[in-house]
Amino acid sequence: MRRAVGAPLLVTGLVVAVLTPLVLLAVWAVTETWRYPALWPQAFDDRALRVVTDPGSTILPGLVTSAGIAATVAVVSCAIGLAAGRALGLHTFPGRGLVRFALLAPVIVPGITVSLGIQVVFIRYHLTDTVHGVVLAHLIPATPYATLVLAAAYTRLDTAFEDQARVLGAGPLRVLLHVTLPALRPALTVALMLTFLISWNEYVLTLLIGGGSVSTLPLLLFSAIGSGDTSVAAALAMVVSIPPLLFVGVTARALTGPGAGRNDGRADPGMHPGAGATLAGLGRA
Amino acid sequence: MNRRAGLRVAVLLAPALLVVVGLFGAGLGLGLLQSLGYQPYLEGWSWTTAAYTGLIDDRAVRASLVLTLRTSVLATAGAAILGLAVAMLVHSSRRGRRLLTAVLQVGLPVPHLVGALSMSLMLSQSGLLSRLTYAIGLTTSPSDFPALTEDRFGWAMLAEYLWKETPFVAVVALTALARGVAPLQDVAATLGASPWQRFRYVVLPLVTPAVGAASVVVLAFTFGSYEVPAVLGRPYPAPLSVVAYQRFTDTDLTVRPQAFALGVVLAVAVTALVAVYLRLLDRLGATR
Repeated sequence: MRRAVGAPLLVTGLVVAVLTPLVLLAVWAVTETWRYPALWPQAFDDRALRVVTDPGSTILPGLVTSAGIAATVAVVSCAIGLAAGRALGLHTFPGRGLVRFALLAPVIVPGITVSLGIQVVFIRYHLTDTVHGVVLAHLIPATPYATLVLAAAYTRLDTAFEDQARVLGAGPLRVLLHVTLPALRPALTVALMLTFLISWNEYVLTLLIGGGSVSTLPLLLFSAIGSGDTSVAAALAMVVSIPPLLFVGVTARALTGPGAGRNDGRADPGMHPGAGATLAGLGRA
Repeated sequence: MNRRAGLRVAVLLAPALLVVVGLFGAGLGLGLLQSLGYQPYLEGWSWTTAAYTGLIDDRAVRASLVLTLRTSVLATAGAAILGLAVAMLVHSSRRGRRLLTAVLQVGLPVPHLVGALSMSLMLSQSGLLSRLTYAIGLTTSPSDFPALTEDRFGWAMLAEYLWKETPFVAVVALTALARGVAPLQDVAATLGASPWQRFRYVVLPLVTPAVGAASVVVLAFTFGSYEVPAVLGRPYPAPLSVVAYQRFTDTDLTVRPQAFALGVVLAVAVTALVAVYLRLLDRLGATR
């Protein structure tokens, strides 16, 4: 394939454009003074890092709240997705297209519309300002992605293995634990991480349903940005970003497939099932 | 399909439908009802379209609609075009393709709120870009630098969306390109196709479904996003989502139904926009 003359320059520009904003945050996190118009901070210190890692601050409880909510949302939405994905991936039934359409609707319609509308019911049933209310709200964006990723994986599941296990005397639970789940494991891992991430990054649903009492990290980051202490806001931004970055580190291969670095022209057989839905989820997150 | 299998499918789907209908559908429906005056658990409400007529007469809302549409369409088109260009650049670079793909993925999972903070540090009047223009002598003070954050146009918002969504579209396009565009291009070249023809009739039809699906997600997200304009924008004119939140939390409770009406407007507008966009893509994906 031909190589354009300006390609190395363009590639450099691309890398700079993608990475500069993140590097800038990392620098600000350890900055003591950085007055205009200096291009590099005048003095560094670890004040902001100590603030965000101080066990007495609100950050640590926020981290625990965020992780707890996101883990619960991931497990519940993937359990729901395992069931619904099976129906969509393995069965044909009247109204299948309608179910798929209904699952796509929460992907399109903004979260603010839904959370404004449903808040009154949540207040009535004492779900606002509670962690489980926020978990319920986060299920709205998480469930469609879990279902779509797992439905794609089910279409490649050979159900003959399940039948074999049944014939050999395994009960439904044993079949699920020892045959179905291991076969779906790659997709399930991706679905769990993706739904964790959707919940972890969610802001407006938490704000409207949590009402400020449920302080997840994005809410704390938002108020830190408003407080004007740039170094602390930047340090907190790093804390919020690290788990998602680990996520991509783990799943990068699954996202683009092992063949992404090659150019042998063949269709990629190792392409992860449901990679499209996974990527779509990242676009939202 | 027999009854037993039908029952099985119904049981499998029930929890997901409970979320989609019971939470999402209920939220959407209750939003619509509350925009029309309905007040659950309260006596003495009546049906009214006052919230909608109030919005139509409201200049702030008209400005908001224009801003929302403009930002969202520019971000979607920009991310789609730039993302495809980046994907083709990365795909054609022989060395370092793996590394470049990894670099593209770094920003993908980072929350938009983090991107928004970073953009304010980059683009504000005392931000990094302003310091760079000072260093090369283009500006002499922060106020010399154009206002890109909290501005009327929403430049910083647009920049944040492009920074987050261009790599997203690029990664999606790369997975589509990896499925064997090179041999097809070689065949087309052998048959005498010009570079433009190879792009229009080989590359574009191959990547349009993937890039299209990705940019629908971008369109929907940017249209309804709240936290990015809340950090980088200004209270007036603000995107619809921000105005909806303002009206919802307004101390004047009589404007509250307008918040629900704005939510409905957001939902209807984004659905219409996605429908139009999908039709447009159908045409682009055509091989002739």
